This record gives sequence, C-alpha cells and structure tokens, in this order.
Amino acid sequence: MSRYAGNADAIKALVREAEVHRDVFVDEELFRLEMEHLFANTWVYVGHDSQVPNVGDFYTTTIGVQPVLMVRHTDGEVKVLYNRCPHKGVKVAAEPCGNTGKVFRCPYHAWRFRTDGSLLSLPQQKGYDETGFDQSPASRGMTPVRHMHNYRGFVFAKMNDAGPGFEEFFGDSLSSFDNMIDRSPVGKLEVAGGVLRYMHNCNWKMLVDNQTDTCHPMVAHESSAGTTKNIWSTVPEGTAKPMAVEIFLPFMSAYEDFDKMGIRIWKNGHGHTGVHHSIHSDYSQIPGYFDQMTAAYGEERARKILGEARHNTVYFPNIMIKGPIQLLRLFKPISANKTLVESWTFRLVGAPDLLLERTLMYNRLINAPTSVVGHDDLEMYERAQEGLHSDGNHWVNMQRLYDPAELTQENVTTLGTNEWVMRNTYRAWAQFMTCDM
Amino acid sequence: MYHDPKLAAALPTDQELIDFVLREARMLDQQRYEEWLSLYAEDGYYWMPLEWGQTDPKLVCSLMYEDKLLLRVRVERLKGERTFSQKPRSRSHHVLQMPHVESRDDAARTYVTWTSMHYVETRYDEQTLYAAWATHHLTVEDGKLRIKLKRVDLVNCDAAFGNIQLFM
Repeated sequence: MSRYAGNADAIKALVREAEVHRDVFVDEELFRLEMEHLFANTWVYVGHDSQVPNVGDFYTTTIGVQPVLMVRHTDGEVKVLYNRCPHKGVKVAAEPCGNTGKVFRCPYHAWRFRTDGSLLSLPQQKGYDETGFDQSPASRGMTPVRHMHNYRGFVFAKMNDAGPGFEEFFGDSLSSFDNMIDRSPVGKLEVAGGVLRYMHNCNWKMLVDNQTDTCHPMVAHESSAGTTKNIWSTVPEGTAKPMAVEIFLPFMSAYEDFDKMGIRIWKNGHGHTGVHHSIHSDYSQIPGYFDQMTAAYGEERARKILGEARHNTVYFPNIMIKGPIQLLRLFKPISANKTLVESWTFRLVGAPDLLLERTLMYNRLINAPTSVVGHDDLEMYERAQEGLHSDGNHWVNMQRLYDPAELTQENVTTLGTNEWVMRNTYRAWAQFMTCDM
Repeated sequence: MYHDPKLAAALPTDQELIDFVLREARMLDQQRYEEWLSLYAEDGYYWMPLEWGQTDPKLVCSLMYEDKLLLRVRVERLKGERTFSQKPRSRSHHVLQMPHVESRDDAARTYVTWTSMHYVETRYDEQTLYAAWATHHLTVEDGKLRIKLKRVDLVNCDAAFGNIQLFM
C-alpha cells in the first residue's frame, strides 16, 4: 500500500526539527520517490569535463538510478543524454568511457545518433514512411537531460523543470569548488589516478551524514588512527613523519579540536566542516608548490587560497568534495539499502606530482574497500541499516547543539560538532522531495 | 654456478621458493599475522593494484600499496578491542596453484614467483570468493627469504567491492 506517493504532508512529517524518521533510510517506496522527485528536482553531479576531453569522448554514469552519459559533442560542448536508445531502450553505450566518433550507433538495430542525441539515420528507413513515426518520441533520438550546467569543469544536471536554477541552488557554496580549482596554478583540474568503487549495504544518506559527523572519528576510527598513533609513539624521536601517518593522526583529534575547526551551513542542504582549521591543515609543504602558486596568483592571494583547509563540503544531494586534497566522493543510490560509493581524485594541473601522490594515498587509506578507516565506517552504516528496522524507536536523532533560531538562518558558521549540517540535509530533503508534488 | 659450497648453501632452491609462498598463505589462513609480518623485508611492500596491468603504484590509485609500517597497523588493529568491523572476526582461505619460479638472480639475491590463486574471505554469514594472481619478489636477508614486494592482481580489480579486510 502506498503511504507516501503524492502525499507531501506525510513526507514532510518525517523530518522534525532535530529528528528524522527511520523510513527515510529503510523504506523502498520513499526510495522510489527520491528517484522520481528528489533526484529530478536537484542539480546532481554527472562528471568532470576532463573525462571527455576530445570530440566523441563519452562517459557513462547514473543520475539517481537512471543511466545517462556525458559526451563531448562535435561543437566542442559537453552534453548529458539519457543513455537509452529511443527504439527498444537499449543502453547505447555500455563501457564506463570511450570515444564514439561523430555518432552513437545502437548495437541492437543500428539506429544512429549525433552526439547531441538527435536521430541521424536508421536502416531501411522507408519502412517507417506514413506510419506517423515523425510524431513518435523515437524520432527525436536520444533524449538530452533537460538542464545541465558546467561549472568550471564540474558538470551537473537537473532532470525536472521544478527546483531552483543552478546559481540559486548552490549559491555561496560554490566557493568550495572554487578553492579546489584555484589550488592549481593554472586554475584547472583533471580527473586522475582512477576511481575507487566501494559497495555499501546501506542507504545513501548515511554516507552524506557521515561527511560532517565530527563526533565519530575518534570513536569509530580508534582502531585505525589510534593504532597508528600508538605505533608512531614508539619510533625513535626525530624520525621523519611519513605521509601516511600525517594522514591518519588527525582522525584522533579531540572533540574540542573539531569544535574549534567549525562548520558552515548554506541553504538547500549544502555545508562544510573545517572552517578555521581542519584535519588537512597541517600536512607537510610540497617542495616548489608555493612558489608556483605565488608566481600564478601573487603571494597574498596564494596564501589565501592555500589557507583555506575546508575538510568536507557536502553538496546536496549526493556528493562531497575535499578541496585541500582534490577529492570528490559520489554516493550513488541503488536501493534503499544499497549504495555505490565512488571516490574520484584530481590532478592540480601545473602543480607537482607529489600532490597527486598524496591525494591517491589519502584515497586508498581512507576510501578504498581495503581501507581500515572505510571498514569501520561501513560497519557502522550497515549496523544502522539493520538497527533501524527495530520498532523500539522510529526516530534518528540529530539534536546536537540544536537551536530553534537556526530555522531562519543560512550562510552561518558555528561550532564544529554541531549536527546542523545534517539537519540542513533533511530540511532540503523534505523540500526537494515535495516541491513538485 | 657457485663453486663456493658455503655460498651455494645460502642460496634458496626453486623448491624452497615454492615452499615459502605456500607457507606464507598458510600463515595468513592460520591467522599467524605477527609471524607473517616478519616475512617482510624492512623496506617490503604489499601491493594490490586497482587497474589491470598497472605499472605505477604512486600516481595511479591502488587498493593497497603499503609499507611495513602500514601493514603493522593492520596487524595490530586486527588484535584491538575496538576494531568494530572485526566483531565478529573475518577468516581467510587460500587455494594456491603450484607457484612458478619466474626468475632468479642469485648474484643480486632477487627471486620472483608467480602464483594463481582463489581466495575466500568470510565473516559470519558472508563468504566472498576472489580470484587473483600473486607475484612475490623475494630476497635473502640474514640467510632467510624475505618479501620485498607481494603484488596481488585481482582478476576483477576494477569491480566495486564490499569490505576486503584481511590479506590475500
């Protein structure tokens, strides 16, 4: 029986001021409605345009659970198309990426499309004469996603007309993208190093919540970061601190440290940790890099760019970026209890390779299926996914440092252990689930 | 050929290289992790590439590329009281084909073996099968064989995996 379809009030009632109903995480009907409404009404990350540098290059992915592809059209622009032949529904491109030349050719019946999706030809075309085919949606070819926006290389799409425009949706939060990109002396990023793909048996929003959860590292990651700290304390004094130890140790920072780091809350569900300082602030200098930045931007601006050490910026609905280490995590929903987590890394064009080396080390130490940090996070999500089926309590608590005054505030910073970014996520969730109902 | 009998005695035979690889897998399956760690040279690495045919462990991401310090963190972590992803604990099972001795350079004390294997990792109700090739780069230190590099190439290295918690 349908409890939530078309029932905006029932959906809104799932999000209280500082609590969220467990159905938001476990209910398959709500998951289907998320795919139909939430992922259609918001700007969802598709990919980075460096993945398709040449005409005909394509990259296949999903928006929600819908297959799409990003392609470099013959005019040099990036297009986002639904990856479905208008004839029988076959995915026209199946590989993760490739080059299709000037046309896509469906492998089932050889219908051919230009790289903007328009139908170029089909075999034995006269069989469609006087059938009314030109009135059929099939005659229009592969459908483009209605709205797309390329922000300094980062390609987003919105499937519905409902929901705000790109600038309105992201507002000041784009400053985190700007900072990540500006860290290149030439202001350019390239996807590099390969993608880590990690399957999670939990709801996609548990990943989102975790990104700004500053009260879990010293607890859940004691076994990895704490063990590293213990082992490191036994090495002879004066030993150079390896990169891996620099990466692990800040996970053991105290609650007070995370409080001082601060969080920032933007409208529409976006926010970030690490306003004043972060777990990425105290990494070693990379030889030659600051000189390159100074030459490119002048010393004052270079210091300003590198002085931002934002920890995790969450962009509603389903990505997180780390500016200081050029990393983007994409939480791809598969079902209410299944999520594919993709962790993408970027090269700062014109900067030393050692930066990419550190980024990749961070990615494999923290975000890989073989990561001792990832293991304990996933363990928590999966236990929650099971635990939430309990009828002992239907509500997930997000009350830490809650203040009713926050309901009318945006673009503010506050103590880093505040769960405000999580509450902000679910306020946006209720808004974008229902704004087209 | 080495005519000095003392030197020749210090060199591993092919059979000893093969036995070493088999013994290493057995240590893992018997959860003798400390002993396993001692098989590594001080500058040894464990490498599990992410890409098919990967040649660069630093500017291309890997599933694991860990020195002895990071391997020690894993071994210590497995013993910890607050290692939540190991409650309940995982177990492993290796099935190895006979290792091939790919190359041996007695003068440089470097030996390479290649071993096809199936690896099973379990945790409570879950059991996952992986297929891989292990390449061991071995050396001799203080008269004992030591691992300079163990490379594990998964046949499906680019697949999306759940937790892989132990050592292949």
